Amino acid sequence: MSVIDAATAANNENGKNDDAGRPGALPPGHGGSTVEKRRNLGIGSFVLLAVGAFVFLFPFYYMFIGSLQTSPDTSVAGAFPNPANLTGENYANINASVDLLKGLVNSGIFTGGVILFTVVFGLLVGYALAQMHFRGKGFVFGMMLLVQMIPFQLLLIPLYVMIVRDYGLADSYIGMILPFAINSTAVFVFRQYFMQLPSTLFEAARIDGASELRILWQIAIPLVRPAIVTAILLTFIGPWNEFLWPFLVTKDSSIQPLAVSLANYISNVAATASNPFGAILAGACVLAAPAIALFIFFQRQFISTNIGSSVKG
Amino acid sequence: MSLRSSDGGPAAGPPAAGAPVGRTADRRLVPRKRKNFLGRQPLGLLFSAPYVIYVLAVLAYPLGYAVYISFHDFFFTAPRVKVDRPFVGLDNYIAVLSDPAVQRSFANIGVFLVINVPLTVGLSLVLANALNRVTKLRTFFRVSYYVPYVTASVAVVGVWLFLFQQNGLVNALLGPLAPDPSWLTNSWLAMPTVALYVTWKQLGFFILLYLAALQNIPDELYESASVDGGNKWVQFWNITVPGVRSASVLVTLLATITGANLFTEPYLLTGGGGPDGASTSPVFLMYQKGILQGNPDVAAALGVVLVIGVLLIALIQKRLVGGKED
Repeated sequence: MSVIDAATAANNENGKNDDAGRPGALPPGHGGSTVEKRRNLGIGSFVLLAVGAFVFLFPFYYMFIGSLQTSPDTSVAGAFPNPANLTGENYANINASVDLLKGLVNSGIFTGGVILFTVVFGLLVGYALAQMHFRGKGFVFGMMLLVQMIPFQLLLIPLYVMIVRDYGLADSYIGMILPFAINSTAVFVFRQYFMQLPSTLFEAARIDGASELRILWQIAIPLVRPAIVTAILLTFIGPWNEFLWPFLVTKDSSIQPLAVSLANYISNVAATASNPFGAILAGACVLAAPAIALFIFFQRQFISTNIGSSVKG
Repeated sequence: MSLRSSDGGPAAGPPAAGAPVGRTADRRLVPRKRKNFLGRQPLGLLFSAPYVIYVLAVLAYPLGYAVYISFHDFFFTAPRVKVDRPFVGLDNYIAVLSDPAVQRSFANIGVFLVINVPLTVGLSLVLANALNRVTKLRTFFRVSYYVPYVTASVAVVGVWLFLFQQNGLVNALLGPLAPDPSWLTNSWLAMPTVALYVTWKQLGFFILLYLAALQNIPDELYESASVDGGNKWVQFWNITVPGVRSASVLVTLLATITGANLFTEPYLLTGGGGPDGASTSPVFLMYQKGILQGNPDVAAALGVVLVIGVLLIALIQKRLVGGKED
């Protein structure tokens, strides 16, 4: 049955991409010497990568240690945990100034809303562009390419005038979500994956009388699940980390995403706190943890080929 | 048009549930016979509609609106209040270009780009190349490089403030070599520190981009080079670097766009663009002039100038990096 063939083909495609050992993917009888060569060259590279990894990870380690220190120890010894100086108090302190749970929930609603719109509308237009023939398809495709080049600096002021001043959507989730609700990168990812599916599959379903929506829902979407995970991961980073726009749109702290309330704490309140860095680092850990956990859990889906194909097109 | 099917007829039912084979064969002819003005699957238009409407309403319209605002005497009013907004020609642009704060912010971005772009291109290419060669702990390395990229800037700014403060860990390590005044309050070092921060934060993304490009270089090239006695430096310069040229164009372009969009980092790291405007960015000035001081017209003009600047830089970079290929 062609559906199953296509499914396995799609799965193989995406499973293999992640395979770390690129030399291993060479055809047999061709790779032997290259693998040896690569291994020999590996030692210098390995040291370089290890130094790099330290530079990249140390601030996160230091962030966590710092968030547990009663008084900030900025000497070299402070980088190692000292049981006498450890406390959870910083978390209580930051939570007293910034409602951490509410901030996380607001970040979650903002991010979730963006992802929902991106995935639903992205799947529809991605499928249409890849597997349907209709008038204006070229126009939609060209529009998708152009949209990726629109710089946000140009939109900042008019969007602020429209959303905050004209439509009165300040301090609302919809006002936060609106400028990010459709992501052309995600559309591109979906289109690429739908293109890989054989069009005969869809022709057969059409002949059998299935409606386009049904074909999309029951045949196409189950075959491109990895694309949905990729799109969610790519989309997640934007709103979860976004600062400027929600900062402009929200003045009411009860609706602010955690990044905004933490930033306000850093620039306003911190000076008056007893251990400001402890509290800032505690808040930073709470803001950083969900994203890091998500990306470590889904690291197999967040790989170079996905990034490359989504950006380069 | 209904969502279910193009004609709402028998085709709308469950697909071929017990349908006789003969009818299926008949229906095969239907799409070919009907020359539809809207194409074979006109529903594609309906599927694309939400996206198209959104792009027009939230991207295309504001784009035109930005240009409109920049040519008029525009100020904030309460919703639905009709006011006269006279056309002022290039007044807002003249105000922007003659403002020393704006000139300073563009110079700051220049400093940022001079540090950030070469560092980003060089480090991400070298690290991606190393990552492509190593087989052990690959996943660990890859993840550790993109952890800063996926983490909110506000969170990592916290730890950088802690590391680079007057008596922070960095200065403790440097001892007498520590700069005075310290990194983020030093008018010579504030912008370079911001540039360093952004390089570190974004590098993981660019490493992944280069990794994708490296996969496309055929291994035969390296093999024949090593047969010819080329060492790994020769291979790196003569095969890897030219092989990823199109990725390099993209990386320089994206790094430039990041620089032009700079806001969060100078705002939080250097307390809103200090010391003495040494780390002010154009987007920060847009926020200050447009929203805090209520001059959206000047801010919109600044946005237009900034975008034109980015386009010019992008063209120059494409000439420099793109070389013969384009």
